[in-house]
Amino acid sequence: MLLISCPFCGERAETEFSYGGEAGISRPPDPDALDDAAWADYLFMRKNPRGQHLELWNHAQGCRRWFEVERDTVTYTIKASRALQTDSGDKG
Amino acid sequence: MPLALLKYGLRNDYPATSHFSESADLKDHYDVVIIGAGGHGAAIAYYLARYHGISNIALLDKGYLGGGNTARNTAVIRSNYLTEEGVRFYRESVQLFRGLSNELGYNIMMEDRGQLTLAHSDAAIRSFRWRAEVNRRLGVRSELIDRQSIRELVPNLRVTDDSRFPILAGLWHADGATARHDAVVWGYARGACQRGVELHQLTEVQSVEVTDGAVKSVLTNRGRVGCGCVVQAVAGMSSVVARLAGIRLPIHTFPLQAMVTQPYKPVLTPLVSSPHLHVYVQQTSRGEFVLGGGSDPYALYNTRSTLEQKESLASAILELFPFLSQAKVLRQWAGITDMTPDYSPIMGLSSVKNYYLDAGWGTWGFKATPICGKTMASLVATGRVPELIRPFELERFYRFEQVNEAGATAASH
Ligand SMILES: Cc1cc2nc3c(=O)[nH]c(=O)nc-3n(C[C@H](O)[C@H](O)[C@H](O)COP(=O)(O)OP(=O)(O)OC[C@H]3O[C@@H](n4cnc5c(N)ncnc54)[C@H](O)[C@@H]3O)c2cc1C
Ligand SMILES: [Zn+2]
Repeated sequence: MLLISCPFCGERAETEFSYGGEAGISRPPDPDALDDAAWADYLFMRKNPRGQHLELWNHAQGCRRWFEVERDTVTYTIKASRALQTDSGDKG
Repeated sequence: MPLALLKYGLRNDYPATSHFSESADLKDHYDVVIIGAGGHGAAIAYYLARYHGISNIALLDKGYLGGGNTARNTAVIRSNYLTEEGVRFYRESVQLFRGLSNELGYNIMMEDRGQLTLAHSDAAIRSFRWRAEVNRRLGVRSELIDRQSIRELVPNLRVTDDSRFPILAGLWHADGATARHDAVVWGYARGACQRGVELHQLTEVQSVEVTDGAVKSVLTNRGRVGCGCVVQAVAGMSSVVARLAGIRLPIHTFPLQAMVTQPYKPVLTPLVSSPHLHVYVQQTSRGEFVLGGGSDPYALYNTRSTLEQKESLASAILELFPFLSQAKVLRQWAGITDMTPDYSPIMGLSSVKNYYLDAGWGTWGFKATPICGKTMASLVATGRVPELIRPFELERFYRFEQVNEAGATAASH
């Protein structure tokens, strides 16, 4: 059982959280400007590393907020967890 | 047969010959390098050597033959998928499985058991009806059955109204089967080695050399090996190995866990699965109950078992077979699986010339071993993508033509 540290609530058991996959992928601000390959890359292609992984978690049975975790996908070790940096790139 | 056995037993020099050639030094160059000696890699080597006259092949594994997911799966064989592309493909594989002991001269212990998938909701019944229609049209035996038929097929199953999620109906798939997973890879590897293929265990591919967009060689812990082409068949390590060749994949690696109980007298013939409860079960010919379910909840390259998954398997199976409450767990394990977004495999060409992909087999690839070996061998030998696997090319994600088998895969494998 992992202990995951929610940046808002503190350390809780793994079963309170749900996993959201690779972090740091933001929706392209102007999808119409992308070709199919770039859009498919954004939608489907993932790093899936063996080792350090920057990923999203949701505190589903707690504050229900999303945050970022740095976790090793071999040893389970969690190096850091933090609130999402607000994305200033998308001006709508 | 019994006489031959007796003869063996009375002899001092046991006459059984070794299955596989001794691992000699690696040569400088092979026509084909296959990365990964699981069932898939061994089958590809076998069909190349036997049917395409290509035997200058190195079958490489960083561990030992068939020690990956081929050793860890629960050996469910079936073809009751949802999409036409899927059903056609797996139907051919079940067909090949039926003749495989003869093909290989090696007993793979195929058993036709039939598979029963349980519906606990109206939505599940609707999707079963859909699957049954698609299956039947393509010559696969599937039908929706009612509670009475379920009781007759599996008398020990708890089909009552007072359970939390009562069983409402079932999808009966008479073609469902199981086989000895290890025998499949051993048989293929033996057949390949007899025809000149070299099996090299403890040989890890650590980098891939690509020049002018074409693969030229692979670098292993035992030195460089030049090659005409490469097939990667490394299951859970798909993303890692593809990255060596500069290829990105839409894959996530998740562990899948399973466990077996102590043996009982034969009481359960069909394979039974409940997608709703995330559990499936079969009784082996040795009498053990094999239990499996859904993947771990987050990505991992680790085959450790977890108490949470085992607890969830145990509580789910007791809903179906309460008599197992006394059963002791004998063994438990996990394998790392290469999951795709649409629960279909990724087979065929890649962006690198002469570099072929056999990946994305997730939790469902054992049943595909024969047809995968046959079609991939044909691709490698002729350069043409066989019709049967065209829908599964990596390209489909760039054309937005996913082959969605999510609903027909959950907890049925
Ligand atoms: C618990 C569990 C239950 C399952 N149940 C079923 C089921 O009931 N039915 C079904 O159809 N499927 C099932 N599956 C899925 C099935 O096991 C796999 O899809 C299938 O075995 C894949 O076969 P393979 O030969 O491609 O992979 P593997 O047998 O995993 O072989 C890949 C090989 O590649 C080697 N390798 C990796 N990296 C390198 C490298 N860099 N260099 C050299 N070698 C390398 C590994 O050592 C390994 O031996 C299950 C899987 C698990 C884990
Ligand atoms: Zn929280």
